[in-house]
Amino acid sequence: MRGLRAGLLALLMVLGMAVFAAACGGDDDGGGGGSGGTPATKDDVDLTQGQDVTIAMVTHGDGGSFWAVAKKGAEDGAKQMGVTLKYSESNNDPQKQAQLIDAAVTEKVDGLAVSAPNPDALKDSLQKAVDAGIPVITLNSGADDYESLGAYTHVGQTEEIAGEGAGAKFKEAGAKKVLCIIHEQANIGLNQRCDGAKTGFGGDVENLQVKGTDDVQTTLTEIQSKLQADKSIDAVLALNPDIAVAARDAIKGAGSSAKLGTFDLSGDVVTAIQDGEIEFAIDQQQYLQGYLPVVFLTLNKTNANTVGGGQPVLTGPGFVTKDNAETVAQLAKDGTR
Amino acid sequence: MTEADGGGSPAAAVTAPGAPAPEPVADERLANIGLPARLMRRPEVGSLLGALVICAFFWITTDVFGTLDGIANWTDVASTLGIMAVAVALLMIGGEFDLSAGVMTGTTGLLMGLLTTEWGLSMWPAILLTFLFAAGVGFVNGYMVVKTKLPSFIVTLATFFVLQGVNLGVTKAITGTVRVAGLGDVPGYDSASGLFSSTFWAPHNFRISVVWWIAIAALATWVLARTRAGNWIFAVGGDANASRNVGVPVARVKIALFMTTAIAAALVGIMIALRLSSVQAGQGVGEEFTYIIAAVVGGCLLTGGYGSAIGASLGALIVGMAFIGIQFSGWNTDWRFLFLGVILLLAVLVNNLVRHRAEGARR
Repeated sequence: MRGLRAGLLALLMVLGMAVFAAACGGDDDGGGGGSGGTPATKDDVDLTQGQDVTIAMVTHGDGGSFWAVAKKGAEDGAKQMGVTLKYSESNNDPQKQAQLIDAAVTEKVDGLAVSAPNPDALKDSLQKAVDAGIPVITLNSGADDYESLGAYTHVGQTEEIAGEGAGAKFKEAGAKKVLCIIHEQANIGLNQRCDGAKTGFGGDVENLQVKGTDDVQTTLTEIQSKLQADKSIDAVLALNPDIAVAARDAIKGAGSSAKLGTFDLSGDVVTAIQDGEIEFAIDQQQYLQGYLPVVFLTLNKTNANTVGGGQPVLTGPGFVTKDNAETVAQLAKDGTR
Repeated sequence: MTEADGGGSPAAAVTAPGAPAPEPVADERLANIGLPARLMRRPEVGSLLGALVICAFFWITTDVFGTLDGIANWTDVASTLGIMAVAVALLMIGGEFDLSAGVMTGTTGLLMGLLTTEWGLSMWPAILLTFLFAAGVGFVNGYMVVKTKLPSFIVTLATFFVLQGVNLGVTKAITGTVRVAGLGDVPGYDSASGLFSSTFWAPHNFRISVVWWIAIAALATWVLARTRAGNWIFAVGGDANASRNVGVPVARVKIALFMTTAIAAALVGIMIALRLSSVQAGQGVGEEFTYIIAAVVGGCLLTGGYGSAIGASLGALIVGMAFIGIQFSGWNTDWRFLFLGVILLLAVLVNNLVRHRAEGARR
């Protein structure tokens, strides 16, 4: 018994150290931040080209396949610009997001990129950033509020217009009733997309709240039982690639012939489009939403450039259909689309 | 039996001839225990060690963790968590769980938001009604647990789902969106946010919730250690039947603990709502486990009857320090939960190890 416990403890210690090493290894600039105590290695010099710029990106992301691409964009942007990136996600918790922004302001980062699904909640924290002289850009969510939040531009797509596009696409295909699947309780942008779809479709659009990306299996069951209960639904709009895949299986499982459209891409979604299982995907090109703010903020710091001229920089919407799916397929598998 | 044997211990009477005479054994319950051992037996010692290690680690490896601004950051994260952890710790010492504690912070925040922005109440009456509502929900939780004798795990899980559904359904039915916004324009907002969500000590801007947290932890510690209610809480958590037999009002204590937890959730819900001047329908969902984790890291037993409010506060502090420390370190946040999990597991193991060592002499 005692031996077992000691063994367990040793295992945990090793695991702990492995995690620690992995965590530190993930970012070359690790804990050293700007301590300046350790001389920079040759690699650092090559990568940073002498720049000492730190950009913080705080999103409401959940680590799902959508945000993984945005994060990759931010990381690639940081690598190419030779700056340090501190990326963090709040998993839709506005209080945590505000606290993470506070932490970035404490660190006096050189630029701050923030997604703002709930602008009220971030107002105070972003004001602190502005007061501290940190340039701010909003990304992904916040197209209507970036100016009042003190951001000099917004990088993303407007939800309603993208939703309208999806609605119009279903109308074109001759659908009668659309089911719009909302996978995050508290994200206002998702409701705006469904509202937009209603406008663009001009007919019956019903919203369905599901469990979400945390629990795709339950979500699948929820969609399937909805389709079984209401046979008049002949079109389904998913707002996230993981949910779209679940919806595809749910449509099959329910024996329904509903047409499926989705927001955003993943490797699976593109394959499904090629196979004709998904009609279209609205691509907001979230890679750009990670990449561009890092580039813009770095240029702002090093060259005093302001991109956007006070207008948002739109990364979408674009449609991926069977026609152009081939090109996008490889890129989606690489995790950049 | 000779006269000489009369006062001897029973052990001495059966000792084989020739064996060394055993030392006279004092009553073990009256034995003198050294100060170190007594300290080591406190429930919060493991979390204290854990907190010190994590604090030292981030203090050394990052530039800003140890600055006043940095401390303001992580005490901010720990404070609302800590208030809940203390209440949940009391409930756990009393032998029960409340899985609806997390979602209650959302329900109460939304209620206050709807009362003010939709039904035109000013802030203070809305806050009063919110506390009353929370007390009511806590009472229902406690009453159902006591009357049905079902595990509180199940009963409050039901409450959790009911509230989660109500939060979303009512919010969308009334506002048409998934959040209640515009709290900042309600009359009385300034005075209410002054009390619940302001900051002090500019320019470092510590949150006022930190003061609430410390005060609540101190109050809970006093109740546990110095009052009859505190004895009752330990008693009902240790053995409900035995305490009922000696006259402890078990049902009343448990219901009061559920109400305390719900009222604490209302306090935190109000704090968050006032701070963000808006509330999302999904607020607080999933946080209940963080509260329980903080309490367990702080030395509360899942079986009840043992634990401390200070320990739970330290547990909350660990979570807060790790959350902000990882951010300051700039580690790849993909690993955050793995790291948090390992920290929590290590803290609990250290806790266990230290306590077993300290109690070793007793067994």
